Formats: sequence, C-alpha cells, structure tokens
Amino acid sequence: MSTNHNSDLLQQESRVDQPLYTPIKRRSFFMYAGATAGATALVLAGCSKSDSAPGMVNVGSGDVGVLNYAYALEQLEAAFYTQLRTGGYYTGSTITAAEKAILDDLYYHEVIHRDFFKAAITAAGATPIMALTPNFSSIDFSSRTSVLGTAKAFEDLGVAAYNGAGQYITSATYLYIAGKIVSVEARHAAIIRDLVSENTFVGNDILTISSASNSSVATNNSPSGSSLERSMSPSEVVATANTFLADGSKLDVSGIK
Amino acid sequence: MNFFQIISEIEKVDPEVYDRLDSRRSVFKHMSGLGQKLTAAALPLAVGAIFNKAYAQTPVGASVNDVLNFALKLEYLESYFYQARMAVVGGFNTNVTASLALIATDEANHVTFLRSVLGSNAIAAPTAATFDYTAKGAFNPTVAAQYLALAQSFEDTGVRAYKGAAPLVMSNKTVLTAALNIHSVEARHSSQLRAIRRSLATSGTPAPSQGIAVAPYSAAPKSWISGTDGGGAVPGATDAIYGAGNNTNAPTGITFDSEANITQGNVALSGSTITAAASFPTSAFSEAFDEGLDVGTVAKIANMFSVSGNYFG
Repeated sequence: MSTNHNSDLLQQESRVDQPLYTPIKRRSFFMYAGATAGATALVLAGCSKSDSAPGMVNVGSGDVGVLNYAYALEQLEAAFYTQLRTGGYYTGSTITAAEKAILDDLYYHEVIHRDFFKAAITAAGATPIMALTPNFSSIDFSSRTSVLGTAKAFEDLGVAAYNGAGQYITSATYLYIAGKIVSVEARHAAIIRDLVSENTFVGNDILTISSASNSSVATNNSPSGSSLERSMSPSEVVATANTFLADGSKLDVSGIK
Repeated sequence: MNFFQIISEIEKVDPEVYDRLDSRRSVFKHMSGLGQKLTAAALPLAVGAIFNKAYAQTPVGASVNDVLNFALKLEYLESYFYQARMAVVGGFNTNVTASLALIATDEANHVTFLRSVLGSNAIAAPTAATFDYTAKGAFNPTVAAQYLALAQSFEDTGVRAYKGAAPLVMSNKTVLTAALNIHSVEARHSSQLRAIRRSLATSGTPAPSQGIAVAPYSAAPKSWISGTDGGGAVPGATDAIYGAGNNTNAPTGITFDSEANITQGNVALSGSTITAAASFPTSAFSEAFDEGLDVGTVAKIANMFSVSGNYFG
C-alpha cells in the first residue's frame, strides 16, 4: 500500500469519526471507535515493514506518541540553547544585556520543558524516546544572524508543532499541559523575531494575515484575513526538525494520527 | 472535501444522521450561505460547526458554540480597545505605533473569523459603548502607560481563557485547532506588549526588544509571566489575571492554578526532575509554563470592563 493512499484513508477516517465524538450514545460510539482503531492497526500492520525507516527514532502512537514528539522537539531546542551559551556570539562582547537575559531564560525554559517531558512520560508508565544527538553543523554559533535566525526557526516551528498536535491528544490533562507550554513558546518566538527585526512578532509567514494556510492536514488551515497561527502536521514539522538531527536520531512520527 | 461522502459515511454508523441535522435541505442552504463568506480552506470548519450544532452535547457546562461566543466577546473587548488607541494623549513612538497597528489588525481578524465559524449562532455584535475601559474610573486609558498596561492585561487574560477552554472544545478537532491557533497569537501579542512596557520603563529605548526586565515585573515585565508578575500590570486591580481560578467545574485532571505554579501534571519541577536545576533561578520554573483559567473567572475579570457589569455572563 502506498503511503499516500494510506494517509488519504486515515484522513478520511478522522474526518468521519470527528463529529461523532460526542453525539452518539457512549456505547455505540466506543464500538465504532474500537472498530476504527482495529482497522487502523490492520492498515498499519500491512504497511509497517515496507514503510518503517531503519535507524530512525519512532516516537510511537497515541497520547504517548504526542508526548514523545514534544519531548523530541524540546530536546532539540534545549540542546541548541545549551550549545549557544558556549558559542562566540553569546560569550562575545557585542551581545547586549537584553539579548543575554532573553537567551538565558530561553535556555532555562527549554531545559525545564525537556526534563519535564521525560519525567511525565515515565510517570505515565510509558517509555521516553532516547536522548537525541543534534546536528548543528549548519549553525554558526559566533554569528548573531545565524544564532538568532535559528532560534527564530526553532521557536516558530515549536508553536506550529504544538498547535498542530493538539488534535491528536485524547487526554484533556495532556492537552491542557501542551497548551501551557505552547503559549510560552509563542512568547519566545515573538521576542526572538523582534530581536531579528523589530515588529515582526507577528507576520504573514506565521499567521494567516494576508493569505490562507495550506497544511496537508485540513484541520490546521484557516482563511486569509483571519490572523490564526499556521499550525503544522507532525510530518511537516519533522521534515525541518530532522535537518538538525544526526543520523540515527532522526524522527519517525508516522504513528501520530 | 466531499461533503456528501462524509454524510454517507456517518449514515453507516448513525442512520439518524439526517434527523440530527435540521433537515437535508436546511443544511445545504446553510452551506451555500456560508460558502459565500468563507474560502475553501475554511470550509471544514464550517462543516464542523454544522455537525457540532447537530450533535451538540454540553461538555462540562459549556457547549462548543457557547465557548466560541465567549471567545468572541473577549475578542470584541480587545478589538474595540485597540481601535481606541488613537485617543491616547501624545500618542506613541514609531515602534509602538506599528506594534499596536499589527495587533489591532489581528484582533479585528479574530472577530471576523469567529463570526464566520459561528454563522447564525454568533452573538449580536456589541458596540464600543458595551465596554468601559476605565473600569468605572479605576484606569485612565488615554494615558499611554496605562493603555499599554491594560493591553497586556487583556492579552494575558485572553491567553489564559483560550488555554482553559481548549479541553471544552476538544471533541471537535477543527474548532480545537482553530482555538489553539488563536491562543498562540494572543501569547505573541502579550510578549510584544511586555517588551514594549519594559523598554519604556527602563531606558526609554526606542527598540522594544532591548529593554531590561525589573523584578517584581509589574512595571518592567519579562515577555513571559514570572510568578504572578508582582500582581500584573496594575498591582491590586490586575491580581486576579495572574491568580488561581475556580476548579469547581474543571474537567477531570485539570486545575486552574496561579501563574506561580511549579507542579505540572503531578511532576514537581525541581532538582529531582530537572537535571541542571541547581544552577537555575527559581523564577524559571513558573515562567516555563503558562496557566489557564476557567470561564467563570475570566468572565469576572472581563466584566470589570463591561458597562452593564455582566456582559460576559
């Protein structure tokens, strides 16, 4: 079965079962949900051998899959700010006091997010993914432009990732926690963008101000002139995230759906 | 998206789907009306709204439409406030003027968007006269510093409101994602207003991003919320915006803690969970997570700015 066909099928399924969440009597709903989950598992079983990429880190499925996906992104961000603090731009003489204070806080926050997810996944009785090895060879840590440009990319990506992943979470508790983190990531993104260029804390590249959004997942999209964040599907996010991860640490998010 | 196919798929598991919709004809009438207002990209949302209407069930005391209408009221509160920025005596410097114009556009867009999603279920549009930005004389929003303090207060309230309401709309993934996509924009706005306030408070530097935050962060805040931010932009009057909410009707597993909270999902954020915690300032643990608020507490805060005193319920 081709990947495209597979995702079409799954998309159809999610469109169909979406409005049925609350409506039908509980018992019949669960019967239907059970049938869907079974069918999905079969479809996946049929595909998994040919589709699974060797040497990739699979974040898993269900709520734990989303938590591990978030854990992976937080690992990436935490590693970036950790390395940044030993780099030439941060330790040099041109960095302003304001910039240093902001980058310190971002380092603290992202390390806390990373370690929180590891603890929370463990507390949930699940297994966190391994410690990922980043590949930051494309970043010049002595250059303000390179450092802040990468921070901007990571923070905007984080916001789009959390927003796009909320729909795959079934537990209200986990959804709420993701919400507590994503707004902090958005606060980060706004100030980093202004450090790069004043008054770019919002813009059409990240919000649907003057053009509609076009994620491959329809629920992420909104029309031009609505000023909604352009959220991204897990596969869209890892296409970028994986360019900053070493071989053997690249992410497979195909289980999140 | 194939609307007919969806209906027919649903019919397989729910033969009464047509009865749940008002009637076949009225739904398509509704669809065509919406189609004129929405682009194709927004169509799934409109369809979601229709199904929501057909299948509406009340999760924890508030239906999806009620939640969206409440959000719409908050967006009006913000939108009219930014429209009134020209009344500020002396105006603002170039950077601040540009920031406020960007935010004003976003809030007006949020109003338009929520109205389009709600369609005929949307509340009647309020006028500017519905709101009292002086909160019965407590504030003077024509003074620049107070105007910016109020703007920060509204944005932070909005962030907490959308966050607290997200679990109430999670039965509808399209509405949930749209709400999340507004939630983060409100957080971006708050971040910017906080940057503006700290730059003006510390050095008067023209670049909003280069200000220095000063504890307890009420007058020169960080871009994120540190503890309860010394009571917020106007200590005393804005304490509730950073305080704890009411857990009476909270969804299972959710508590509306104050912004100073440092226990997340039963994980205490401290040396035992955070590897490098020993070298971190204690403020970082509350800053790393924002907190949500329940609808009732948000309504109470927002009603301070309602002429009737109960516009927000």
